[in-house]
Amino acid sequence: MSVRDSRWAAVVRTPVGLCAAVLLLVVVVVAVLAPLLWGERASVVDTGAVQQGPSAAHLLGTDTLGRDIFYRVLVATRLSVLLAVTATVIGVLLGLLLGTAPAVLPRRAGRLVTSAVHTAVAFPGLLLALFFAVIFGVGTTGAVLAIGLATAPSFARLTQTLSASVAGKDFVAAARVAGVGRIRMLVRHILPNIAEPLAVNATIGAGTALLAFAGLSFLGLGVQAPDYDWGRLLGEGLNRISLTPAPALAPCLAVVVTGLAFNLFGEAAAAALGVRPLSPRRTEARGLSTQRPGTVVEPDGAESVLAVRNLRVSFPGRDAPVTPVRGVSLTVRPGEAVGVVGESGSGKSLTALAAARLVEPPGEVTADRLEFAGTELLRASDRELGPLLGGRLAMVFQDPMTSFNPVLSVGRQLAEVAEQHRGMSRGAALAAAVDRLREVRVPAPERRAGQYPHEFSGGMRQRAMIGMGLMGGPRLIVADEPTTALDVTVQRRVLRLLADVRAAEGTALLLISHDVTVVAGTCDRILVMYAGRIVEELPAAELFAAARHPYTRALLAAVPDLDTDRARPLPVIPGRPPEPDRLPEGCAFAPRCPRAEDRCRGEDPDLVTDSAGHRLACWNPAPTPVAATSGGAS
Amino acid sequence: MSGLVFDRVSVRYGHGRRGLTAVDGASLTVPSGQVVGLVGESGSGKSTLAKSAVGLAPVRGGRVLLDGTDVTRLRGRHRPLQMIFQDPYASLDPRMTVGDSIAEAIPRAALRGRTARRAEVERLLEQVGLDAGRASLLPGRLSGGQRQRVGLARALAGRPGAVIADEITSALDVSVQGTVLNLFREVQRRLGLTTLFITHNLAVVRYVSDHIAVMHLGRIVESGPTKEVLADPQHPYTRELLAAVPRRSATPEDVGRVEEDVREPADPHHPPDGCRYHPHCPVGPSVRDDRELCRTRDPGTEAASRAHRAACHFVTAPSTAGLEAGAPGNAS
Repeated sequence: MSVRDSRWAAVVRTPVGLCAAVLLLVVVVVAVLAPLLWGERASVVDTGAVQQGPSAAHLLGTDTLGRDIFYRVLVATRLSVLLAVTATVIGVLLGLLLGTAPAVLPRRAGRLVTSAVHTAVAFPGLLLALFFAVIFGVGTTGAVLAIGLATAPSFARLTQTLSASVAGKDFVAAARVAGVGRIRMLVRHILPNIAEPLAVNATIGAGTALLAFAGLSFLGLGVQAPDYDWGRLLGEGLNRISLTPAPALAPCLAVVVTGLAFNLFGEAAAAALGVRPLSPRRTEARGLSTQRPGTVVEPDGAESVLAVRNLRVSFPGRDAPVTPVRGVSLTVRPGEAVGVVGESGSGKSLTALAAARLVEPPGEVTADRLEFAGTELLRASDRELGPLLGGRLAMVFQDPMTSFNPVLSVGRQLAEVAEQHRGMSRGAALAAAVDRLREVRVPAPERRAGQYPHEFSGGMRQRAMIGMGLMGGPRLIVADEPTTALDVTVQRRVLRLLADVRAAEGTALLLISHDVTVVAGTCDRILVMYAGRIVEELPAAELFAAARHPYTRALLAAVPDLDTDRARPLPVIPGRPPEPDRLPEGCAFAPRCPRAEDRCRGEDPDLVTDSAGHRLACWNPAPTPVAATSGGAS
Repeated sequence: MSGLVFDRVSVRYGHGRRGLTAVDGASLTVPSGQVVGLVGESGSGKSTLAKSAVGLAPVRGGRVLLDGTDVTRLRGRHRPLQMIFQDPYASLDPRMTVGDSIAEAIPRAALRGRTARRAEVERLLEQVGLDAGRASLLPGRLSGGQRQRVGLARALAGRPGAVIADEITSALDVSVQGTVLNLFREVQRRLGLTTLFITHNLAVVRYVSDHIAVMHLGRIVESGPTKEVLADPQHPYTRELLAAVPRRSATPEDVGRVEEDVREPADPHHPPDGCRYHPHCPVGPSVRDDRELCRTRDPGTEAASRAHRAACHFVTAPSTAGLEAGAPGNAS
């Protein structure tokens, strides 16, 4: 499990993790060595020096029997830590047992265990500990059992929750179908997948147990004389805290430092393990070639709603920044529908997000030009952006459920846009919202406006989302995979709605999709993206007839439709798209391209516009097919 | 009876009024060595039907027979029915090597001994076009297409009498989808695997299946040979599905010509009486007054007597009528 080792090593590499690890190490060393080195000295009774304050001979003074408190605090480390760890181990083991039992036991027994654990969790841990301490009797063993048992329920519940989330995963279902038994399922599939969060919580739990022990001993319920731990030392020191504070403060400090070491280490581990590294592969990112902006010659005669030049989006990577969008240039004219197609990782969605200024830090967006309706977005202040985004520029996302606020009614959310962007009153805005819902063909809009997003079906929600986008009177709708989560029949209606809106309001549309047929049927112009660049741009009507980039051709051929020849294997594109952090030299498609030449592997082709406005980035494009159909008329 | 037979299978989740009958008396036969494509929209119950057969969904009624044995009542480790899952990223244990995942599915009784099992894993990997050396990798090092190959190898490891493929390409990119479909077809033909192939994509189902069954709100509404069902669909719901498939020849104008149906899809918790499609049916009682029958009587009961076992009272007469549904094809 070298992967896991390196991940735990990453914990120590964080500053907090390192501090905590060093502290823990010091505590452990002291716990091991102190009783050996100073055990004698800590128990020497000196009746001549009873209850002294700090002095050169006794750094922290002496106790009622004249014993040196400094050494006693050091020596007490072993017992304190040992007890805390023992109690934690008991708690963790018992918790694991209770937590995993429902997965192994018959259903009814499992439920019984679950509800017992839930009931136990309801009691405060310290209360349980006191209760058990009384049952098991005052003393070290009793206290250990008490604290162990008290931590067990919360740990059991954590185990249950974590294993339930893993048990819902497909691979567990797959293992069940494969005939894997319950015990093996638990040991091989569930436990390994929840081990890390459990370990982290156990560490934090040890810190808590330490504190709880100090508390019990302080109350006299824990360690009994002649043994001593920090809690007892604290109790003894507290009696004369007004005379000499040092004997009380020293064990306090010890408890705090050790508890902190446990907790911080746990927290650091949680932080480091919870966030997976961006790319597990250790490969140095190559120097990324940029699309030379000078060669993007595009006549900008017509007015444009959205003009993007040399857009780049990058994220900090493991070794070097990763740039999933590498110099994209595109123009959307008023009322035009432009489609962007590409596979996952081609940068199409990021392009859309960047155009709407929705890329969150640490993502970084640069562009020579990013202009929407005459406003340069990258240089605009938040005040200038306010009325544009959400108003003049509407976004429609793949999953409308996550784009709506679940606790506000749909009508309210639509009305808010009108209040915000058009300065309407509350009543007028709500009326406008109902009108909009009717326009996007939501049935019974008056009633529907008062309902919440979860009461809408997927297709209806997407309609409402489009309606919400329309509330601000947009000039451009950016739709990112708006129909991917929908069924084909519903998809058709949503696409139809977008087309109608465009016709009625003259709104431009930027439609992002992985599905060539969706884009081809809805848009005027199509941009094909591969590995963060546009590789081809052409009119939708000519897509199937006049596409020249080998990638576009391959993409069109690879998708089966209702006319595909069933007798032959589907044409495939060998290999897979490159990761943004390990792009090949030259053209990114070259390693998969049947037409690749030496030049393609050495030099990245520019996106060149031909006389017909067809843009293409390829050294060796496929010849324009001598169209058998009427497609190649131009 | 040979092959995989679903005999009036019902699956119900929950109890009482809040319960949901996801599959309602669905009958379907997958003939031995053939591929039956099961299509339907989300919520139609097609994946639940599949899960019922492999014990991942509670069967409340009916039987699932594989070569005559009821697989829902099987006890013990051997699972003669295997499944390939939709999401290759979720269906492999991220902490378990590919080889172990496959080995786990090999029946204990079939192969004993470490070396024999390892050899079997290598053989299975090669069968799905993966290098035997990949056995020691964790799934994180594989691409989606490669993971789905592993999923296929794991299903084959169980030496199944039949396989259920549940949306196996819908989580993959189009350039990878073709590779997986080709591989699946090749393996299926070579081994003569009896397969229930579930998908929402009609183009994909047409490409891989010998027969097609269409599911709507928990019921099978039409089934028959792929070519015939696609060329001459009998049930109006099948026709609606077919019409919605985006075509290469489509233009924005074509999309604009879609007739509008904005009614909410039926609530599966409270399915309509009679024919469950009647509130949406373009040739049903909400359009034509003479078809009140659809509101009250379930057309499924006499389905066997109609072409494609269509669950519709008003199907056109077998093999005479074409695609025009609205045309008064019935003698009346």
